[in-house]
Formats: sequence, structure tokens, C-alpha cells
Amino acid sequence: MDSKVKKALNTYTSTELMVVRASQELANSEIVFVGIGLPNLACVLARETHAPNLFMIYESGAIGTTPERLPISIGDPCLVTGSLSIVSQADIFQTYLQSGRIEVGFLGGAQIDRWGNINTTVIGDYENPSIRLPGSGGACEIAAHSRKLLIVMKMSAKTFVDRCDYITSPGHKYYPNKDSEPRSRSEFNLPGPGPTKVVTDLGVLEFIDGEMTLTEIYPNVTAEDVKSSVSWDLCVAAELRTTPSPSEETLKKLRLEVDPDRLYLN
Amino acid sequence: MVSMKEAIAECVKPGSSINIEGFTHLICFAAGHEIIRQEIKDLKAIRLTPDLVYDQLIEAGCVSELTFSWAGNPGVGSLHALRRKTQANSKDRIKLIEYSHFGLVARFLAGSSGLPFWPLNNYRASDIAAHNSEIKTISCPYTGAELATVPAIHPDVTIVHCQRADKFGNAQVWGLLGTQKEAAFSAKKVIVVTEDIVDTSLIRSDPNRTLVPGVIVDFVVHEPWGCHPSYAQGFYDRDNQFYVNWDQISRSSETYADYLNEFVYSVRDRKEYIKKLGEPLVQKLLAKAKMCEGVNYGF
Repeated sequence: MDSKVKKALNTYTSTELMVVRASQELANSEIVFVGIGLPNLACVLARETHAPNLFMIYESGAIGTTPERLPISIGDPCLVTGSLSIVSQADIFQTYLQSGRIEVGFLGGAQIDRWGNINTTVIGDYENPSIRLPGSGGACEIAAHSRKLLIVMKMSAKTFVDRCDYITSPGHKYYPNKDSEPRSRSEFNLPGPGPTKVVTDLGVLEFIDGEMTLTEIYPNVTAEDVKSSVSWDLCVAAELRTTPSPSEETLKKLRLEVDPDRLYLN
Repeated sequence: MVSMKEAIAECVKPGSSINIEGFTHLICFAAGHEIIRQEIKDLKAIRLTPDLVYDQLIEAGCVSELTFSWAGNPGVGSLHALRRKTQANSKDRIKLIEYSHFGLVARFLAGSSGLPFWPLNNYRASDIAAHNSEIKTISCPYTGAELATVPAIHPDVTIVHCQRADKFGNAQVWGLLGTQKEAAFSAKKVIVVTEDIVDTSLIRSDPNRTLVPGVIVDFVVHEPWGCHPSYAQGFYDRDNQFYVNWDQISRSSETYADYLNEFVYSVRDRKEYIKKLGEPLVQKLLAKAKMCEGVNYGF
């Protein structure tokens, strides 16, 4: 092993811990709708460690994938080679996602609020945005239908906002109008239960009565650090767990096998 | 069978609604470049993921309206021409009609099935429907539950790229299928663009692989490497470095114009484009063989 990698095994970056922590949310044999980037790393790491039978599905239509290289996009040809099935997008969104067969979905975004609503569409006014973002893709339906929904995002007061400029993917409470009080997800009769956890670079947040609540912090991070990275008054659980540091073996797998070129880890 | 130049001139007119489908895989850049060369304007462009090819059409001034569901540079970042023409204070704004992927797939499902709309269990508690008046709701006649609906879409022309086809346009595809079948069956005219032209007997020997039948196809174009920098499974890999480099090229109108001049306006056709890419890159992207075993179709 490269001496540099070896030496660094006592330390790790917050991004590395974020990937390791997200991978721990995945159980063996679960059917997961994989997103590209950090969620993809978390899924591959889970397969390499505690969940060898994790069943990976991509919105491009690749089912039961075993890619030889790290996919650069959700439509990378390496996802096709050696997969169990390839289906059309009509099938992916209807027979796999809408039918309720997806156990775990992953999302990220440019803005998230305390109810887990996510914006990946615009910053500013919809008709006249200061930044035009890519939009929903499959995110809106993943948020509606996943039985367990994991959000993977780095924390900052710019992204963890009091109100999203636009709600692309539904969380636990929705604002029907700009000035209205939020209404509960249950009133909208969405098939999936909504966001489960938010795995960040500082800690993990869960939804208690629909509201994002800090329940776990990474080593050397304080609750105050997390609170100052959120632009509303964040709820903090009475008992705060500290996330264990990743094992040397897990770090080695992540660095040498999962993302050796550090495409997403940097 | 015709050249790309003839197929585009015949099917794509000013004001046409066009759909170059293909999800990451089999995106026909050759068709996009030919539309730019023919300077066809005021197009209503439809595509789930506009990708670089529609961004180039937008920068070249060909597009007045875009119907889409995810507009980014996949795995890299933003589409800069699109941003320049949709953000606050932009000159020459284009009109956006926005869905999620499932919503736009559902429009093709309705269009290809001869139905006026398609229902989907989606969009509640999201702002997508609030900003798109074409998304409506219906009460399920069996359960009473509220469902979202989207209207059928019928592009004037859909362009489908495939790995192999016969001269009648019986198009065979393997690898990611995207929404190409539904897009072809929704369209008023269909152009099939193919990497390989094969004999009909080969198509008949493996009929399960035919995605689009020749009976609905108007024009067939033989255009090897027609998808670069996208890819064709079993033929050539995605040119990821191109997508990465594109971020810088497309950030300013000047470097964007230089690219379009060099690789689109100054080349006559796809052959010249590929020659310009150069042999080392072509060799690097060539797919390695990974053959499957055939099956017995006998009875």
C-alpha cells in the first residue's frame, strides 16, 4: 500500500466519514435507487462491507448492477455490462418506483428546509431565477415513493435554509402558498413516508414529528457547530450520540477500491 | 436511406417541435450539429435531459421553447447556454416547460398509446405542478384517490439513434433504452440514425432486440460515431473528458462560439467531425468486446 494512504489511516476527512455513515444506513438485500456521487460511493462501500447483496437500481434503467469502474453518470455504460436487467424508463418509474418496490432512495440538493423539502430547481424566483439549477430529474418521484429516503448533503447556512425558494421534492410538511402555514405530508396522501435521515459532513439528523432534529455528531464536532450551519433554530435531541470513527479496514476499502481516483471523495 | 443533411432538411422546419431522445446513451449529436449547420430556428425542443446537444442548439439560437425534466451536464454541473438564456436579466429568453422525469416519460407514454393523457401518482406537496399548468389532477374512478395527469405529446419529429438497423429502419438497441420507443411512437415523423446498416435477415434472426419497427420510420441515416461525446454500447464509450472540459468551454460565449465554429460550422458532416477528433481519441473510446450468447428462436 502507498505509504501516504497508510499513514492517513488514523485520520479521515469529513466527506469520508459522511460516505461511511451513509453506507451504514443500508441493509443487506435492500433494493436501493442509487444516485451518482456520494450516494453511489455509500452503496458500493456497503456492498464491499456489511451488505454484499445490496440490490442497486439506477434511474437510467440498469437493474442489479455490478460495475467494474466507478460510474461517472447514472447512464454510464459500465452499469449495463454484467447487470441483471435493463429496462426502459417507463418501467423504471412505473413498475419499479411507483409500484412501491424501491426500499431506499437517495437525494441531495441545493436547498433543504427543516421539513426535508428539497430544492434542485432554482435559486430566487421561478420565472426570473438568479441561478437556474438542473431541476427534478427523478427526484420528485423518488421523494414521493421511496419507503426509506436518505438525504446526503454537506451542511451550510446557505443550503440548510428556513424556506426553500422552490420545492422540487416533497418532505414532511408543504407550504401550499408563500404565506401559508405548512400542511402535513399525510394530508397529501403520498405513498412513501418521506425523508428518513439527513447524513451530512458534521453529523446525522432525523425527522421527529416531521422536523429535522440533530441526533448524532461526528467526533470533534459540537452541536453549536451544527446549529451555526443551519439558518433556522435547529432542534437538538436531548441525548446526542457521537458517530464512531471509521475502521481502518473500511477506510482502506473506500480509498483503494471504491474511489481510488478520489473522483468524489475530494 | 438518406444523408443526415437530407433527413434534417426534410423533417425539421422553422417552428418544428423536435425530440432527439436517448438517456445518456445513444444521444444523436450528429443530428443536433446538422440542425445548427442548417440554421433552423424557433424550434420547440423536447428532451428529458437536454444534455450538451440541446445546450449547443440553444447557444446557436435554434431553440425558442424547451420541454425537459433535468437540465444539467451529467456528472459535471450546469448547462451554461441554458442558464444564460433562462436566468434573471437574460437577453433572448427561451421558454421553459418543466416536468420531472416521470412526468415527461408519461407524456410520451400517452402520446405513444393514443391516449389524451397519462395518470401518475405524483406531484402532490411539490411546486412542480404549481409552475406548469399542463399538469392537472383527476379523481380515480375506482378508489376516488387524486392522481396527477400530464397531456400526450406528439413531436413533429423524433430522432432515434440505434446500434444497428436495416435500410427500412428496423432499429435494434441494446444497453440503456431510455424513452426512445415511446418517443418514436409518439412522433409525427421518425428518423432512425444507426451505427451499422445490416441486412434484414440479421434483424429477423433476433427480433426481440428491435426497439423501433421500420413501419413507423420515415428516414434512415447511416451515421457511425453519431453520438460522440455520448456513447453507443458495444461501439464506443462515453467521452467523459469531453463532458468535463465542456464546463470551461461553455462558460463564456466566446469560447462557446470558437467550439461551434471549429467542430460544427466548419465541418461538412460527421465524417469530418470524427476525423477532427483524431485517431488516438477514437481508438481510446472504442468499446472492448463483451459478447453475449445467442438464444434459440426455433420451435
